[in-house]
Formats: sequence, structure tokens, C-alpha cells
Amino acid sequence: MYSQGLQDAKGGPEPEGLLKAFQKRIDNEEKIEPRDWMPEAYRKTLIRQMSQHAHSEIVGQLPEGNWITRAPTLKRKMILLAKVQDEAGHGLYIYSATETLGITRDEMTRQLLSGEAKYSSIFNYPTPSWADMGAIGWLVDGAAIMNQVPLCRASYGPYARSMIRICKEESFHQRQGYDIMTVLARGTAAQKKMAQDALNRTWWPALMMFGPSDKDSKHSAQSMQWKIKRFTNDDLRQKFVDATVPQAEHLGLTIPDKDLKWNEDRGHYDFGEIDWQEFMEVIKGNGPCNKQRLRARQKAHDEGEWVRKAAEVYQQKQQDAA
Amino acid sequence: MNKAIEHYLLRLADTALTQSQRIAEWCGHGPFLEEDIALTNVALDLLGHAKLLYEQAAEVSEQDVSADDLAFLRDVDAFKNPILTELPRGDFAFTTLKQYFVDQFNVLLYQALMDSQYQPLSDIATKALKEVRYHLTRSRDWCLRLSLSTDEAKQKMQAALDDLYFYTPELFETDDQLNQLMAESIIPDMSALHNQWQQQVDELLNKCQLKTPTSGWLATGGLRGEHSEHLGYMLADMQFLQRAYPGCEW
Repeated sequence: MYSQGLQDAKGGPEPEGLLKAFQKRIDNEEKIEPRDWMPEAYRKTLIRQMSQHAHSEIVGQLPEGNWITRAPTLKRKMILLAKVQDEAGHGLYIYSATETLGITRDEMTRQLLSGEAKYSSIFNYPTPSWADMGAIGWLVDGAAIMNQVPLCRASYGPYARSMIRICKEESFHQRQGYDIMTVLARGTAAQKKMAQDALNRTWWPALMMFGPSDKDSKHSAQSMQWKIKRFTNDDLRQKFVDATVPQAEHLGLTIPDKDLKWNEDRGHYDFGEIDWQEFMEVIKGNGPCNKQRLRARQKAHDEGEWVRKAAEVYQQKQQDAA
Repeated sequence: MNKAIEHYLLRLADTALTQSQRIAEWCGHGPFLEEDIALTNVALDLLGHAKLLYEQAAEVSEQDVSADDLAFLRDVDAFKNPILTELPRGDFAFTTLKQYFVDQFNVLLYQALMDSQYQPLSDIATKALKEVRYHLTRSRDWCLRLSLSTDEAKQKMQAALDDLYFYTPELFETDDQLNQLMAESIIPDMSALHNQWQQQVDELLNKCQLKTPTSGWLATGGLRGEHSEHLGYMLADMQFLQRAYPGCEW
């Protein structure tokens, strides 16, 4: 029975009747809204997943923000600035949607900065060249779209609705990334090398974005039942590989996987084994940029403290005067 | 005449670009999310203005140059922005007050430039004015909010004012070419503009209960290509790819 072991906020069992009715609504594809009854574990799962998602948008500003001052043309600079701004906007929508589950943005920020909450490990990799802006848009936003399109139908209404808007912008992000790669791949030998190097750097971390393999994914089954997730990690990863290989071929770039080949019987590409040890290390905090990224967030938070305080005090003074 | 127009278009374009470049440094590092987004918006708008102005400058230039060539392939001594806009971003009070000075200048300037006898400039001004008006509302509000809240914020605003104040007259500096454009009603009278600006600024600083400093280094020279040490670093950063990989498409 699916409800076995589910506990309410006080640690007691969830009422069987409510659980049944809840699951029935989900099975009927009804949206769950903030004021509706929901099992505590559903609420917690959503808070964990949505806040991770919001944190990923915010930390995700940093690797691309790294190239804003150095973008090579006025047009590229405008696009990159707009894109990184979109990410801040996505963070804002998702934080707001998460707040409907009874947690504050301050608390989520605290969890991010203390390391309690996770964010997508892809953002713990460095962006040493301009081509990384292309590879991130093409592959990282491409992988994000694969993950996020099904979330537009997630059972929790505020999450689903924020994802609809976000996905529209993400598809623009992916196109601009692919456009950067196209120009570089058709450019000089040095530019082509820049593009290939960025693909080499980004490919495996992008595949890791879909999370652990299904056999090791501890949250999957329940999330599928609740229609927070619609596809398994491995299904989505396969879809991504299948969609991306022809794009790399079109660019004339080589995906850094010697085991990658079309499997006629499966109708899918076979691909090599992900280095799960690297994945676990980066999640634990031992990726190339984990410390750097969190320090940047902490610094912005600390340096912004007096500004937030001033805004609060000013607002209070205005109210008192009124 | 075209030379003087090109010179002035570059003055405005370089000002918008350098200001945008500094504001863009806040992207991902703002004091809170809403303000991160707002600052990036301002940077984007200014970058858009710079792009239009460079395109027009490229159009009137006798040389075969593009807007990107003008932004990415000129060295410090060819940049014409006032030193104010190239100053490092500083803290949020410094950024806010500097932005206010520039916004107040932009609003008055673009209002006046709508009447320019040079149509392309009038067109750009009409488009830019809508955006800089919004910028001004935002930066004015923040000046008040920071100055009239906590002691710490007020001190930071006062320190920013002490540092920035004597950089502002340079916004209105002219030379023979600009004087010629003024005489032909292509650009507004800069000393009249300065008076209007001063009046608005005095009024706001008064509301903010900030004291204008009485002495400091009176900045000058940007229009002649004489800059602070900061601009070289900004350009080294901004122009890196175009310099390291010359002649490429991006």
C-alpha cells in the first residue's frame, strides 16, 4: 500500500482516508493547490526539490556571469546579460512558489549558504572559455529542458505554472547556446578547438544532471506516484543523448565518449558509464568550484545585509509616518 | 560636421557602455534577488543605448568600422566617456549614487535631445528616454531609502557622495566640436543642462540630508581621451576576446 510509512508533521501516521482522496486527485490529474490538504512527505519532497531548483538558478548565474564583462560583441553581451537575468527571475518564481508550501525565502537562503540544501552539481564546474557559454546553453539548458518540460505537468499547481513560463525562456537559452557553438565550430581553428574543449568539459557533467541511475535513485518511486516526476532519471538521460548526438554531428564536434554508438535494436544511442564517483564527490562538496560558488553567494549575502536592513527600516519609517 | 557628430555619438556611446559594464558586474552578486534583476535591467538598457549610438557612429564614420569595432577595438585614449562612469563599482551606496547622477543627467539630456536637429539622435533619445526615466525613479528611491534609514546606510551614502561629487561636472564638459554642435542645435546647451541637473540634485541631496563636500579633485579629460587608471583594466577585460582572436566572427 502506497501510504504505508507516511508520517504527518508530528510523526504520527497520515489519515488513511485523506491519503486515498489525495492520491485519487493526483491520479485524476487534478492540481494540488497551497490550501489543499497534502501529506507531509509530499510537502517536504516538493520543498526539497523546488528549493534545490531555485538554488540551482541562483548559483547558476555565477558560471555564466563569469563572462558578462568579457562577452565578445555587443549583441552577445546583451544576450548573455538577459539570459543570466532570466535565471535570477526563474529563481525568484520558484522561491515564491516554494514559499506557498510554508517555508520562507530567508530560510531557504540559509539552507543554501549552510550547505544543507543542494543545487545542481553542474554549476560546480568552471567556465574558463567563451565557448563554455555556448556549451552551457546548448547542453546544460538542453538537459534542464528535458527535466523541466515534464514538470509543467507536475501535480503541485504553483510549481507546474512556474515551470511553464520558465520552459519558454529555457528554450531560448538553449538556442542561443547552440548558436554560439555553431559560430565557433564554423570559425577559425582556434575557435573550433575552443568549442570542442568546452564540449569535452561539459558533456559528462551534463549527463550527471539527470541524477543517479534509476537503480540508485532513492526519491524516484514515490515522486512518480505523486506525479512530481513523470519520467525516470535514466529515461530522461537517454532522451537527452538521443536528441543531442545529431546536434553535435551537425556542428562537426565529437562527443567525448568512445562507447557512444547507435543501437539499432533499442532504437537509441548506447553510451558509456558515467563516473559516479566524480558525481558523488561533487555532490559532497568536492567539485572544482563548490567552495568558490558558495563563497560568492555568501559574500553577496553578507555585503547585501546592510542594504536589506536599510530597506526594511525605511519601509517601517514610512509606515509609521503615514 | 560629421566628424563632430561622430565624436559626440562616441561620447554618449562610451558613457553608456562603461556605465553598463560596471552595473553588469553586479549581476549574480546583488544585495537581494529583486535588486539583482533590477540592476541587470539597467545594465541591459544602457547597453542597448550604447549599441544604437555605436551603430550610428559607425554609419557616419569615414572609416569602414562596425559598432563592435568601436566598442572593442579602441584603446583608452580613444574613449570619450567622463571618468565618473569608469570608476569601479564600489559598494551598493556608491553604485546607487553614481547611477542616480547618471540617470538624472540622462533624463535631462535625452529630453533635450528629442529636439535635436540631427534626426538619428532625436530618434535614439526618444527611445532611450522611456527607459532612463524608469532608471531615475529607481535610483532616486534608493538614494532616499539608503539615506533615511539606518546610520550605517547613511554613512555609506555620505562617503559615496564625498567620493563622487567632484566627478560630476565632467558630465557637462564641452570642447570645440561640442560647441559647434550646440550652435547648430544638434545638442542642447550644456551649461543650461548643468544648471537644471544641479537644481534637481541639490533638491534630492537635501531631502536625503546629505552634505555636499567642499573640496576634491575636479575630474576632467574623458572627452579628450584622458582617463583614470581604471579604464585600462575595464577595456582589457571587455576587449579580451576581440584582441586575443582578431578578425573572428562571434
